[in-house]
Amino acid sequence: MKNRAGRFISYLFLLISSLISIFPFYWMFVISTNTTAAANKFPPKIIPGDQFIANIQNAWENADFIAALFNTLIVAGTITISQLFFCSLAAFALARLQFKGRNFVFIIIVSTLLLPPASPIPLYIIVSKFDWINSLYAVIIPFLVGAFGVFLMKQFIETAIHPELIESAKMDGARNFQTYYRIVLPIIKPGLATLAIITFMAIWNDFVWPSIVLKDQSVQTLQLAVRGLQNAYNRDTALVVTGAFITTLPLLAIFIPFSRQFISGLTEGSVKG
Amino acid sequence: MEVHTKIRTKSNNKPRFKSGLQARKDALSGYLYVAPFFILFLTFGIFPIFYNLYISLFSWKLFGAEPEFIGLQNYVWLLTDDPTFIKAVVNTFSIWIISTIPQLFIALVLAYVLNQAFVKMKDLFRMAIFMPFITSILAVTIIFNSLFSRDFGLINFILGTEGLDWKNNRILTHFAIATMVNWRWIGYNTIIYMAGLQTIGKDLYEAATIDGANKIQQFFYITIPQLRPIILFTIIMSSIGGMSLFIEPLVFLDLRGGSANQGLTMFLYLYETAFGTKYNIGYSAAISWVMFVIVVMFALLNWFITTKVIKD
Repeated sequence: MKNRAGRFISYLFLLISSLISIFPFYWMFVISTNTTAAANKFPPKIIPGDQFIANIQNAWENADFIAALFNTLIVAGTITISQLFFCSLAAFALARLQFKGRNFVFIIIVSTLLLPPASPIPLYIIVSKFDWINSLYAVIIPFLVGAFGVFLMKQFIETAIHPELIESAKMDGARNFQTYYRIVLPIIKPGLATLAIITFMAIWNDFVWPSIVLKDQSVQTLQLAVRGLQNAYNRDTALVVTGAFITTLPLLAIFIPFSRQFISGLTEGSVKG
Repeated sequence: MEVHTKIRTKSNNKPRFKSGLQARKDALSGYLYVAPFFILFLTFGIFPIFYNLYISLFSWKLFGAEPEFIGLQNYVWLLTDDPTFIKAVVNTFSIWIISTIPQLFIALVLAYVLNQAFVKMKDLFRMAIFMPFITSILAVTIIFNSLFSRDFGLINFILGTEGLDWKNNRILTHFAIATMVNWRWIGYNTIIYMAGLQTIGKDLYEAATIDGANKIQQFFYITIPQLRPIILFTIIMSSIGGMSLFIEPLVFLDLRGGSANQGLTMFLYLYETAFGTKYNIGYSAAISWVMFVIVVMFALLNWFITTKVIKD
């Protein structure tokens, strides 16, 4: 009897938590399918309307989403590909090559994960010295390789690739880079997919640093386009929420089918650390 | 798994066919392969930290006159004569407390419940609870800005507090911001805890059940102590994250964290000083160093408290 009550409460708790987690997504949908006039009611409207297309058109006219999407894809795409390559290469060295100071190098990389976020000011000055203000370089180059990626790839290589495999490749006369390219990379494909999803989403969502260095309309990313809408049309709730919604939809489309890889990648990168 | 470890321990002995030439090649490749990380890290990670220290010793306006060396004067002003900074520190801690404590506790309970054998559709629940984490902080704040709206907000409707202005009162503002943080992070912490729970042996729970401990007692006397390292990890991460919170108040309110600085956090103050209207990067750099010290001390303090409170 008591057991049953416990189970009921457990399910109720899970159900309520799930609903609270999902509801704001639904709310975005409700607001972005209504006009602001219809959304601004009390009690609030909680049923979707039929203004979705009109709101998207409105958002389209007030911010250059196509250019912003293009910029975001360039930035996120370049960083993701580069991270996959350089992080896995460094991780291969740290996991399977012998060299002096290897452990020390690894400790440095891990400890950078625990650094509090630094002030953007010095980075801003450095980037402006390079003449990268209002250039996508400013949001790409500093992030081409990262500690989290190296750490995550090292975990994958250590569990998936036996040292014996590397040794036998060497005996067959393979150079280190050939070993990496022909043997390591194909085996860690699932790990690469995980890192790709995590990196792509993080860059897609990045807002602070781009907002500091990308002031010009022509280089703005999706997050900046939404922020621009919010600054200019603060009172037009439907318009602003539509902006937020259409920049979230692609992430949902990636997340839902790949949630398992994404979640396991994040736990891999943290719990074992 | 066992096979892996066997092979690994075996080959941890000196590799059998390694000539000196091969060892040199390995070392060369090794340094070469980690070099890209270090080049970027030195240029955009380490160098800025020290450059920031240098900047903080100057009266330095971003688009103004030549910087003037003033020694530690920025720090003196900041620590002795800046009530706004004190306010920002208090706000930051206030928001941290009302976000982190419920956030981690709810996540822990969720993970515990999700880990029970009888629960069905685990993947679905887990996905739903984790979903908020993929949204950008900007989008989260825009959604909650609408949910917390004074005149048309759903939250005022549910609570029956029509016309309540969440942005006009210091503690309400903190509460609204904490809600956004909690919504985005509970799922993340839940999955971290779930991964940790899988490492706890079933025999511990079985023994406790035989001794007559119910599920709630098991939660407090087995789960929490066993998860100590992971709880520690989440507390440290949320200390670092919570202390540097600023996009939520920036978007929910404005650059100053509201007209009375009711939502101004340390990092937002740093940001506003540098990029708002003042462009005073010397002072801003001093804020970031003081903030750095506060964050590190706070993280260490939390480490200390957590290890004391949770005993094996």
